Amino acid sequence: MIAPIRLVPLLPMSSEFVSSFVHPLRSIFHTKIIVELPLNNVLNAVYDDSRLQYNSTQLIRELLKEFPSSSSKIIGITSVDLFVPVLTYVFGEAQLDGTAAVVSTYRLDNAVYGLEPDPILFFQRSLTEIVHELGHTYGLYHCKNQECAMHSSTAVEDIDLKSAMLCNDCTKQIGVSN
Amino acid sequence: MSDNKKSSILIVDDELIVRESLTKWFRQDGFRVEAAEHANAALKLMEKGPWDVVILDIKMPGMSGLELLKRLREIDRNAQVIMATAFASVESAVQALKDGAFDYVTKPIDPDHLSHLVSNALQQRKLEDENSILREHITEISGVNEIVGESPQMKRVIDLSLTVAQTDTTVMIRGESGTGKELIARTIHANSSRRYFPIITVNCGAVAETLLESELFGHERGAFTGAQYRRKGKFEMADGGTIFLDEIGTISPKMQIELLRVIETKQFTRVGGNDQISSDFRVICATNRNLESAIKEGLFREDLYYRLNVFSVLIPPLRERRMDIPMLAQFFLKKYSGIMNRTVTEISGDAMDMLVRYDWPGNVRELENVIERAMVLAQSSSIRAADLPFQNSTKLEMPKDDTLAAMERVHIESILDSNKWNITHAADILDIDRVTLYNKIAKYGLKKP
Repeated sequence: MIAPIRLVPLLPMSSEFVSSFVHPLRSIFHTKIIVELPLNNVLNAVYDDSRLQYNSTQLIRELLKEFPSSSSKIIGITSVDLFVPVLTYVFGEAQLDGTAAVVSTYRLDNAVYGLEPDPILFFQRSLTEIVHELGHTYGLYHCKNQECAMHSSTAVEDIDLKSAMLCNDCTKQIGVSN
Repeated sequence: MSDNKKSSILIVDDELIVRESLTKWFRQDGFRVEAAEHANAALKLMEKGPWDVVILDIKMPGMSGLELLKRLREIDRNAQVIMATAFASVESAVQALKDGAFDYVTKPIDPDHLSHLVSNALQQRKLEDENSILREHITEISGVNEIVGESPQMKRVIDLSLTVAQTDTTVMIRGESGTGKELIARTIHANSSRRYFPIITVNCGAVAETLLESELFGHERGAFTGAQYRRKGKFEMADGGTIFLDEIGTISPKMQIELLRVIETKQFTRVGGNDQISSDFRVICATNRNLESAIKEGLFREDLYYRLNVFSVLIPPLRERRMDIPMLAQFFLKKYSGIMNRTVTEISGDAMDMLVRYDWPGNVRELENVIERAMVLAQSSSIRAADLPFQNSTKLEMPKDDTLAAMERVHIESILDSNKWNITHAADILDIDRVTLYNKIAKYGLKKP
């Protein structure tokens, strides 16, 4: 069995929403999925006044401080807008073949684009991005298979074109066993 | 895995956070990524290239991004440079694009835009590389169909060339100046399995002794005065293809030793460098010199001679295959009609007789020049005898009858005359022994003029 996964709600993200990913993630990664208690204070530490956004690279550092020397994969899930300094935004960020990752659901919500909210689509996009960033922590690069969750996506439309599942090659590569 | 697995990106930015985040971003896409914090570091990394895409910050301490752009373009014109700046201005954007940048973006960059930009830059790089390769192929292929000749001697040369082309054997092409040795080398290459790789020609006699080493093996930056950048040598450029060493008989004893070693090991070091470079090349060489005599005189290494002379193709001089002259003359007439846009379409009987009788010491090259000159002078659609430059030159007296003996007499006399009655040389050309030649001289009553 591959390394277990710890889902960390970053307030104001609700624990209930984060818990809804446990079952699908277990069926994709075939490993233990743990929902941690929500973290209340980490986001304030990474807020950038000039950009009115949260620095995802610093957020990963803060997460690692909360879970030192963890043998699990840790993914922080937040509803705020994330960025890295050279880019206008990111959907998430991960340590390639490392421990921690973060995912933002902010730009996955139709409401951000002035569209009708779609809770099912929102859940599907969030799950796909969580699988994508976790895939990076297991050492996966972007995949050329357009339906694989590891396919690169820089716009929300790209996310809708792929599934939340890993393709056979990526599944084999990280050693997922049924 | 990504399609971009083997593509490479160089990031040049003085801000650590930008270098780190872009490096991470592109590595997840499977790119080979390196980052430099200033211009000097970037120029050093260029030596580790080639880089498909360079993302270059405009404002950096020391050399600016715009200055660096020019330097990078001098090193690798096909690298696609995307200029990035936090302080966008129309002037700097226009200047960057004028200086050859692929595009210009403002930081922070929209990730979707960056992704498409890099994808387009890679496509452009691929097209430019393909374009360079296709241009080389066109150069290689052009000229291959220009071998003209139906004489038994030329048919044999063509047959031998096509046969040896199928192998990877080293070939030595011999023949007088102007007989078309390079054309034969290109034919061998174009019909070999290496035809999709370049044929690189080195005229050993035309390169100064001091520069030949750098020409053949390349040099590192700073190897000598004026070596501002690393340069690939001809052996490296010929990787996968053929290297054609023309006028091999002119190289110095020192270069002969170097050449022997490189041909044997297929490895060499650039001038001023330490790294061993391997290259997979086939050697075809050519000479108009008598290398056997040069060996006896100690001017040419015997071991190199045997290494090069694995398969020999001898191109006969034009005077020994006069039946090819009319066809060659017509070929050049047609060629220059197109180039000069002139309607000269034929060669008069008198002029053609004169062409056939002339001895052609400069061989096919001289014939080509004569036809070109005559076409300039021609007053009508026909080249006349008066348009030819050698009215009083050596003429071959045609026999008064068509018997074999009469033809033989004229041919022997012609060979003796063209070789200043050097019996040994004439006998070699005629492929008979000296005694037989003496007997034939006596039989036909030939006399030295």
